[in-house]
Amino acid sequence: MIPEPFVPVFYALVYILVAPFLGGLIAGIDRKVTARMQGRVGPPILQPFYDVGKLFEKENPVVTVTQNFYVLSYVVFMMVAGALFFSGGDLLLVIFAFTLSHIFLVLGAYASYSPYSHVGAERELLQIIAYEPMIILTAVGMYMVTKSFFVSSIVSSSVPIILFLPGVFIGYLIVLTIKLRKSPFDLSTSHHAHQEIVKGVTTDFAGPNLGKIEIAHWYEYVFLLGVIWLFFAWNPLIAVVAIIIAYFLEILIDNTISRVKWQLMLRSAWIIAGTLGLVNLGVLYYLGMVVAP
Amino acid sequence: MQILQLLLYLILFPLIAALFIFIGRRDSERKMIVQISAIAIGIVSLVLLVFGYDKDTLIYSIASEPVSQIMFFIEIILAVFILYLGIRHRKSLTVVLILLQAGLLLWFETNMAGNLHIEKNLFVDQFSIIMAMIIGIIGTLICVYAVGYMETYHNRHKEIRDRRGLFFGLLFVFLAAMFGLVFSNNLLWVFFFWEITTICSFLLIGYSETDEATSNSFLALSMNLLGGVAFMVALIYLVISDPSGRLLDLNYLLTTGKAIALVPAVLICFAGITKAALMPFSSWLVGAMVAPTPVSALLHSSTMVKAGVYMIVKFAPVLSGTTEGLIIALVGGTTFALASFMAISQNNAKKVLAYSTIANLGLIVACAGVGTYNLMWVAILLIVFHAVAKSLLFLCVGTIENRIGSRNIEDMGGLIVRMPKIAIMMFIGMAGMFLAPFGMVISKWAAIEAFITAPFGLIFIAILAFGGSATVFFWSKWMGKIVSVMRDQKVIEDTVAKEKWAVLYILTGLVVVVCLIFPLISSVLIEPFVLNIYGQTARLSQANLTIMLMMLCLLMIMPFSMLFYRKGVTPALPYMGGRPMDGPMHFAGSMGVSREIVLSNYYLEKMFGEERMFMIGASLCWALLLFAGIMLLGVIL
Repeated sequence: MIPEPFVPVFYALVYILVAPFLGGLIAGIDRKVTARMQGRVGPPILQPFYDVGKLFEKENPVVTVTQNFYVLSYVVFMMVAGALFFSGGDLLLVIFAFTLSHIFLVLGAYASYSPYSHVGAERELLQIIAYEPMIILTAVGMYMVTKSFFVSSIVSSSVPIILFLPGVFIGYLIVLTIKLRKSPFDLSTSHHAHQEIVKGVTTDFAGPNLGKIEIAHWYEYVFLLGVIWLFFAWNPLIAVVAIIIAYFLEILIDNTISRVKWQLMLRSAWIIAGTLGLVNLGVLYYLGMVVAP
Repeated sequence: MQILQLLLYLILFPLIAALFIFIGRRDSERKMIVQISAIAIGIVSLVLLVFGYDKDTLIYSIASEPVSQIMFFIEIILAVFILYLGIRHRKSLTVVLILLQAGLLLWFETNMAGNLHIEKNLFVDQFSIIMAMIIGIIGTLICVYAVGYMETYHNRHKEIRDRRGLFFGLLFVFLAAMFGLVFSNNLLWVFFFWEITTICSFLLIGYSETDEATSNSFLALSMNLLGGVAFMVALIYLVISDPSGRLLDLNYLLTTGKAIALVPAVLICFAGITKAALMPFSSWLVGAMVAPTPVSALLHSSTMVKAGVYMIVKFAPVLSGTTEGLIIALVGGTTFALASFMAISQNNAKKVLAYSTIANLGLIVACAGVGTYNLMWVAILLIVFHAVAKSLLFLCVGTIENRIGSRNIEDMGGLIVRMPKIAIMMFIGMAGMFLAPFGMVISKWAAIEAFITAPFGLIFIAILAFGGSATVFFWSKWMGKIVSVMRDQKVIEDTVAKEKWAVLYILTGLVVVVCLIFPLISSVLIEPFVLNIYGQTARLSQANLTIMLMMLCLLMIMPFSMLFYRKGVTPALPYMGGRPMDGPMHFAGSMGVSREIVLSNYYLEKMFGEERMFMIGASLCWALLLFAGIMLLGVIL
């Protein structure tokens, strides 16, 4: 149907076109479920799309023109990272592109010289260094099981990866809380008004720029949940169920635990990566090197 | 013979240039000599690349007798000179070490040197060519930059004695010694050049003659002399093992196998660790920042510390698979992680750069210590990328310091407005240090892929994962400081001299170009070298290279998007929690007071404080080195 060399390109295009809709839908469901947990009716499922649509109709006030560039780069490199992932690229390269895109968001927040967005930027950076080790260990774990960093090989492997990487999976879920901006780790900016009134890293973005950040976030959702898929890739049905359960858990945690200080976030994320992640990998390593060399 | 002449030229010509600079009286003369010699050295290193890249190891015979004797003579004179300085400044540690070293040297010369007949004194292979390119291009660029810098420096610091003749002379001697070091096949010669770099750096660090500079220069000297003693012991061990001195032939020694080469390899790696300023010896490189900035740039990027890692990488095949090698790798890995953490807590720009250098050297040593073929490939790649990006960063910081009179990162707010060109260059340099798809990330990535198949690789992957994320933190917050736009700032970079701009432009170009053509550098120079030694080599897959090139292009195109935003911009004031802004960078405080907005970065002192990290790192590394020492004693006895 599609010539062989173009298959990755096709998947990348599908991601770029479909991911925002899927991500927006997830965000909508998220809000609905959250509302129900809090005993509210909640907005319609499509509310995120209405919100973003409205943002794009507004004017675009910026403190400095460069902010536009940073936000655009944030979106573009988020798309690059996700597209690389879904076209079956090298997982480490995906992670580096992912970090790059976040650095742009941070720079955009720094650029405005408002104390609120400054603190948001610092916290966003803290979040990046909190989750990055665990994400890299996840990629390394995938390699240890499938002998490849390429998503295409990992996903087509018939091995139930989750059975080899339970510790890594739990570690990944915990740093996912940081990435999805869920309490207790929603330090840099939060979805909820009860957590903070000023919007942290996004304080000085408004109108279309804020809309773009939201869209980048939708891309990010799909990519992050795609990583969960990898753990269960041998059976798509289980994978979908796992993603749903994982996401539900994230919402539950979000609504039941209050925000912590950055020290605790950094420590817990690193300790989790250092224990759950490394111990899991250590066992695998031992098995691979000693038992079955 | 053609290439041999190039090698001799590269070693001797900087010496002649140094002599002329030293004699030269007027500044204009000196400036001209520096520029012309720099161009000459740069061109000859390029010629060496063109004629030498396709040849494997070439070894040249030179009558060693007279040269070795001259070297011995110089070494003794230098030892006496150091002894005199040590006594004058009452540095007992330095005195003890130099006496020890000179004693060993004298004993060696009287009892052993007589029987030695080493003919194969010079060599060149792809790795030496890479090093020669780094020294010959980046090193000389820094010298050219230094001309303008020192002028401003002395205008600013009237209290410092103007010894520019000595200064530039030493820079060129330094370059000559580095060339000698990477081309020498005779380990006695390597040792000679090794000591020359130690002494040059000692004199350059102490250039300003303040108390701090003097004590820091002696710190550097003592630590490097300690390494020198270990090197000397390695030489003596080699001659005792084989009195004919055949083992002093570096390239022969590397092929003799672990049984013979391991002991000297570990001793020389210890010397390399002191020179490369890994923990527990990192303090000398941090202290060295009291020197004028071009000296720091030179020490950090193209000379000195690179000599240390050069030797360790050379011995990587001997170290691979041994416990001793693993220990050395662990020293490197510990240094990488802890130095990266320490950089988080620093607000002194040069200190951040210094810790970042130490961290990267640690990573190189970690790669070399484990020493599999793909890790050696990574180590050389790291040397290249680091040299280019770090020299640019140091020179940028030097320029900024000359203009704003501070090297504190907190004072660099809004640099993108005040010094836009320098800020963009710093940006590119920093991106080169930690962002995809630039150099250091490529290396980090390759390192992860290489460690994963290496013995005990998981430890190093963990170190890379945690240390690497710290790197992201301290670079990004610095970047953030630079881009934070403060209104109504004036451009203050228009007084920077032309030559300085030229050097900065070239280096910025190099950071990008090296990134673009690194597959070429890898396939032409690094891969053949690694292939020669291990019989197999590493490379990144074609698909990934294409994607990275695309990312790089995208990254270069993105800034043009700003053109589209020129029109229809609604300028807004930064959000101040509802407080009115009554003037640029001010807001209305309570009681009608106008307050200035001051923002400061996070330094996480409690978590990543310098002292705490250093204590942990130094004690760990001392323990590791002690362990290696005990094992070594076991092997010798």
